[in-house]
Amino acid sequence: MNKTIRALLGATAICTVATVGFAETLTIATVNNGDMVRMQGLTDDFTAKTGHEVEWVTLEENVLRQRVTTDITTKGGSFDIMTIGMYETPIWGKNGWLVPLDDMSAEYNADDILPAMKNGLSYDGTMFASPFYGESSMIMYRTDLMEAAGMEMPKDPTWEFVRKAAAAMTDRDNEINGICLRGKAGWGEGGAFITAMSNSFGARWFDMDWNAQFDTEQWANTLNFYKGMMDESGPNGYPTNGFNENLSLFNQGKCGMWIDATVAASFVTGDDSTVADKVGFALAPDTGLGKRSNWLWAWALAIPAGTQKEAAAKEFIEWATGTAYIELVAANEGWANVPPGARISLYENPDYQAVPFAQMTLDSILSADPTDSTVEPSPYVGIQFAAIPEFAGIATEVSQEFSAAYAGQQTVEEALAKAQAITNEAMEAAGYK
Amino acid sequence: MATKSSRSAARLMMAPAVVLLLGWMLVPLTMTLWFSFRNYLPLRGGDLGWAGFDNYTRFVTSSAFWPSISATLIIVGSVLIITVCLGILLAILLDQPMWGQGIVRILVIAPFFVMPTVSALVWKNIFMDPVNGLFAHLWKLFGAEPVSWLSEASLPSIILIVSWQWLPFATLILLTAIQSLDSEQLEASEMDGAPHLKRFWFIVLPHLSRAITIVILIQTIFLLSVFAEIFVTTGGAFGTKTLTYLIFQRVLESQNVGLGSAGGVYAIILANIVAIFLMRIVGKNLDA
Repeated sequence: MNKTIRALLGATAICTVATVGFAETLTIATVNNGDMVRMQGLTDDFTAKTGHEVEWVTLEENVLRQRVTTDITTKGGSFDIMTIGMYETPIWGKNGWLVPLDDMSAEYNADDILPAMKNGLSYDGTMFASPFYGESSMIMYRTDLMEAAGMEMPKDPTWEFVRKAAAAMTDRDNEINGICLRGKAGWGEGGAFITAMSNSFGARWFDMDWNAQFDTEQWANTLNFYKGMMDESGPNGYPTNGFNENLSLFNQGKCGMWIDATVAASFVTGDDSTVADKVGFALAPDTGLGKRSNWLWAWALAIPAGTQKEAAAKEFIEWATGTAYIELVAANEGWANVPPGARISLYENPDYQAVPFAQMTLDSILSADPTDSTVEPSPYVGIQFAAIPEFAGIATEVSQEFSAAYAGQQTVEEALAKAQAITNEAMEAAGYK
Repeated sequence: MATKSSRSAARLMMAPAVVLLLGWMLVPLTMTLWFSFRNYLPLRGGDLGWAGFDNYTRFVTSSAFWPSISATLIIVGSVLIITVCLGILLAILLDQPMWGQGIVRILVIAPFFVMPTVSALVWKNIFMDPVNGLFAHLWKLFGAEPVSWLSEASLPSIILIVSWQWLPFATLILLTAIQSLDSEQLEASEMDGAPHLKRFWFIVLPHLSRAITIVILIQTIFLLSVFAEIFVTTGGAFGTKTLTYLIFQRVLESQNVGLGSAGGVYAIILANIVAIFLMRIVGKNLDA
C-alpha cells in the first residue's frame, strides 16, 4: 500500500468519524395529514445528505397543538422541531420561545416565500417558523352532480347560491349530501370554519373594546344559515365531522360540495378518491359584504429556543421547506402532490401551473388578509382565529356550544348566549376589560 | 414477639419506602395546592402572582362547572349499574358448564385489555359512525334512519363505551366470588323446592355482596377520572364534559394552570366525599 492510498484511507476515516461526530438525531413533532406523512417517507433523502437521523412524533391536529403548547410553556424540551401554525408563531415568537429564522442560507431563499405566509409566521418583522405548506379554503365540488342539477358553479359564488346548489344536489336515497362542512368541536376544527364563515356574514369575535359580539344579528344569521343548510343538505352526524371525516365522505362520493382547506385539493383528485376526475374548484362564498369566508393558514416548522441541536434543526427546516424538497416530491409523486401555498416560484413553474387547482389555491390565498378580516373593524389579527393567547381555550368552548346547537341539543340562540357569556368572562379574567 | 429494638429496626428499614410514597403523593398535591392560589398563565409569561381564592370562585361560578359535575355523576352511576347488573348475569352464565368455556371466558374478558383510546376509536369509527358505521348499516337494513350516536345520544354512547370496557372487570370479580359459593347450600335449597329466582335472591346475591362492594369501590375511583373516551369521541361537546375534562380544558386548552389546579383541588374533595360515602354505605359489607 503506497503512501497516497494510506493518506486517502486516513482522510476518509477522519471524515467518517467527523460526520458521525456531528450527526444528530432530531425529534420532530408533526401533524398526521397527508403532506406531513409524505415528508416522513422521504426523510432518508435528508439523512443521506446530512447524516442526521430523524425521529417523528406524529399526532392528530388537536392533540399536536396541546402537546407542543404544553412542551413549550413548560420548557419540556421534548422536541427539536415543532410543527405549528399561524396562530402560535407570533405569540410564541413574542415570548422568545422560538429560534429566529433570519439567518438561513442563500439556497433557502427566504424572499421566495409568499408574503402572506411570511407575515403570518413572523413577529415584529422576524420570521420564527418556515412554512411547509400554506393554505386558504375554497369550494371543492362534484362537476357531474352540479351538471345533473342543471346548475353551473361561478368562480366566486355567494352563500345563497351554495345553499341552492346543495339542496339541488342532495339525493338521500343514494347517500349523496349536497354539502359537507366541519361541525366538530375544537377551535381548529368547526371553530375555524364557522369563524371564517362569520366574517362573510359581517360578524366578528370582538369589537374594538374587546367585547364579545355573539349577541349580534350577524352571528345569529351565520349560525342559522349554517344549521339550516346543513340540516337540509348535510351528512348525518355533521356536528362531529372535521377535516378528515369530510375528506373521507367526499372521496367516497358522498358530498356534492365541500368547503375546506385548499391543501385537500390534491387528496380529492388523488388515487384515494373515487371521484378524482369529477372535481371542480371555486372561491369560498361570500354574501356581498366584501369579505369571503376563506381563511389563511400555514403548517410551519419552528425550532424551540433552548434546543441543543439548533444547527441540525435549521438544516432540516432548509431541507423540508426549500425548493429542492418540492422538486423531490414532484419527481417521486408528481406535481399535484407537492406541498402547496408556500413559495412564489412554485406558482411560476409551468409544470405546476398545469395542476387543476393551482391557480384557485393561489387566488384564495391572495384574497385572504389576516390584518383586515372583518367587515366592521376588529382589534385582532387573524381570519379564522384571533391571535391572542386566550383564543384557543375560549374558541374551543364556544365551538362546543355551537356543535351542541347543530346537534339539536340546544337552540342557536341558547348557544350564542352561552358563547357570549363564556367569551366575556374569559376576556374579563384575562384583563382585557 | 417483637422486641423494642426489632421494632425500631423495622421502622428504620421501612422509612425509605414510606418517605418515597409520601413524597410521591405529597409533592404533586402540594404543587396543585400552591398553583391553585397563583395567577399562573404560561402563555402570558408564567406565574403572575398571588390570586387568593379567585381561582376557586371562578371555577365553581363558571357555567361549565355544574353541568360537568352532573355529567360525571351520571356516567359513574350508569356505568356502575350496568356493569354490576350485567356482570352478575354474565358471571352466573359463565359459571355454567358449557362447551368451550375457557374460550368464552377469554372472549368476555378481552375488552378489559384494550386501551381506552383504542376502544373509543373503534366504537366511534367502526360502530357508531352515522354513515359508515356498523350500527348505521344495521339501521338501514331495517329501513330506519341511522342515528348520530355521539351527537344525538352523546352521554348514553359514552356510558355504553365505558361500560363495555369495565364489564369484564366486574364479571371477573363476580365470577370468582360465585365459584367460591358452597354448592351444597344451593343443592339443599333446590331439593327443598326453592325456585331459581329465590335461590338467587336469598343465597347467591348475599354471597356476592362483598364482591359487588369491591367492584363498586374500585370502579368508582377509576370512573371519576374517565377521560380518553370523551376526548376521542366528542371532545367534551354535547354535554359530555366531565369534571376531569373541564380541568384538562382549563389547564391545557385555556393554559390557565391556576384555574385548573383549583379545579383539581375540587376534584380531590369530590373524590374523597364519594369515597367516604361509599365506605359508609357499602363498605360496611367488607367488615362482615
